[in-house]
Amino acid sequence: MNWKNRISPAVNAIAPSGIRKFFDIAAEMEDVISLGVGEPDFVTPWSIRESCVYGLEQGYTSYTSNRGLLELRQEITSLIEREHQITYDPKKEVLVTVGVSEALDIAMRAVLAPGDEVLIPEPCYVSYKACVTLAGGKVISVPTKIENEFRITAEELTDYVTPKTKVLLIGYPNNPTGAVMDYETLEKIANFAEKHDLIVISDEIYCNLIYANTKHTCFASLDKMKDRTILLNGFSKAYAMTGWRIGYALANPVIISAMTKIHQYTILCAPITAQIAAIEALKHGEKYMKKMVSEYDKRRLLILDGMRKIGLECFEPKGAFYIFPCIKNTGLTSEEFAENLLRAERVALVPGNAFGDCGEGFIRCSYATSVPKISEALVRIENFLKNHVYR
Amino acid sequence: MRELLELLEHDARRPVNELAAMLHRSEYEVEQQIKQLEKDNVILNYNTLINWEKFGDDMVTSIIEVNVTPQREVGFDAIAERIYRFDEVRSLYLMSGSFDLLVIIEGKSLKDISNFVSTRLATIEGITSTRSHFMLKPYKKDGSIIDDQECDRRLVVTP
Repeated sequence: MNWKNRISPAVNAIAPSGIRKFFDIAAEMEDVISLGVGEPDFVTPWSIRESCVYGLEQGYTSYTSNRGLLELRQEITSLIEREHQITYDPKKEVLVTVGVSEALDIAMRAVLAPGDEVLIPEPCYVSYKACVTLAGGKVISVPTKIENEFRITAEELTDYVTPKTKVLLIGYPNNPTGAVMDYETLEKIANFAEKHDLIVISDEIYCNLIYANTKHTCFASLDKMKDRTILLNGFSKAYAMTGWRIGYALANPVIISAMTKIHQYTILCAPITAQIAAIEALKHGEKYMKKMVSEYDKRRLLILDGMRKIGLECFEPKGAFYIFPCIKNTGLTSEEFAENLLRAERVALVPGNAFGDCGEGFIRCSYATSVPKISEALVRIENFLKNHVYR
Repeated sequence: MRELLELLEHDARRPVNELAAMLHRSEYEVEQQIKQLEKDNVILNYNTLINWEKFGDDMVTSIIEVNVTPQREVGFDAIAERIYRFDEVRSLYLMSGSFDLLVIIEGKSLKDISNFVSTRLATIEGITSTRSHFMLKPYKKDGSIIDDQECDRRLVVTP
């Protein structure tokens, strides 16, 4: 059978991830320092791992309710109440998912009809556009600019809105730029969403990883926005739990029911092991999380200082664990820069255009790696610039 | 200052330029702060945590519970000083509970340690009893796991 002819057009329409190529090259090399990893370098705190082991010993191996363990949903809603003063009903307005990835996918499938347009500020996480396309929607990319520190503004969005626009999908603190939104800018976006009657899907997976006295504003906490927002979050970044695959969606009961319908037929429920660990993370994990955040912050300042010293322009990222230096003055494209650097100096990072066209001219460096490795990577990048770029 | 100390406590060999970048201060400022902290005896020493066993040395570590009769005016301090002045004594703590002083001693052999306890320690005036325990295997020392098998298992590049 010629399988190539049998793949659905929707899947064929999706471009393969730009990250794959670098992974393949780097995987064959030794002594690579990677600034290309989009996950914490910490192992999940022991108390969280231990609670999962204990759960297994106690025989917690069954399915759970489709929506997730009620205890976990209650912990989630009380966290949101504590941190953002928004009240959700744990029985009707929460769905525990297999990471934010699943939540995003089923949210799109639950709301989009063929041809519906989704506004996505770029650069953005690699799966946003694919989720929209697979759900039959149309991606409308909205470029953000380094002059605005990669924030999206209501004015910029207005240029792209049409009668077919149904959803605005935002992810701040942002992967790959490290950008954060401030309250005033978000307020204007809330007014914009209200004016055009848009659903806002807000991916706030990095909300705990913010620095320099920045305060995260949850989109659903803005005036009249709770009902309009599908709030997505999870445990991967804050609690170093990427491999557990556990996240959640909070929204109006009608959309949560619709998402649950897809979830129950495709996933059934998030793994019980991860749900038990997530309960422990919310009950007792905060101190470990804060320690990790303080460590990221020091690495952030170190890499920011280092990049500037070796002559790469970057704005100060105040969220997530990425820095997004501009490499336009090297005369190389992002991909050339990343590939040449990897081959010459064995430092892996991700070209900015993997996150959208307006990421061209930038590179994403993750500082979720140890201080000695960051220091060594900076030396190698400097050598690369001296010996291969500015010769 | 606290953040500087925490960084140094974790790794005393961090170069000043790195510390300065991480703390968002000038190198001069960091250098001055370190000097001041050393002068104030907040920073006591920069030791290296060594796995002697791995190097090939057989060291014996003993933890000794000591009961003493406190002395008028100086309490436990005078006896404590007579104990901690010995080079063999690695650590000494005043304790609550069923004994008074906890002494940690390192020696080259069991004999070495028993000699020290019987001839030096137990004979100090005011010490009423000692009880020695020998350490069999260290698992974690000063926050460092001795034989840590956990490593970075992440893929090289992920979104």
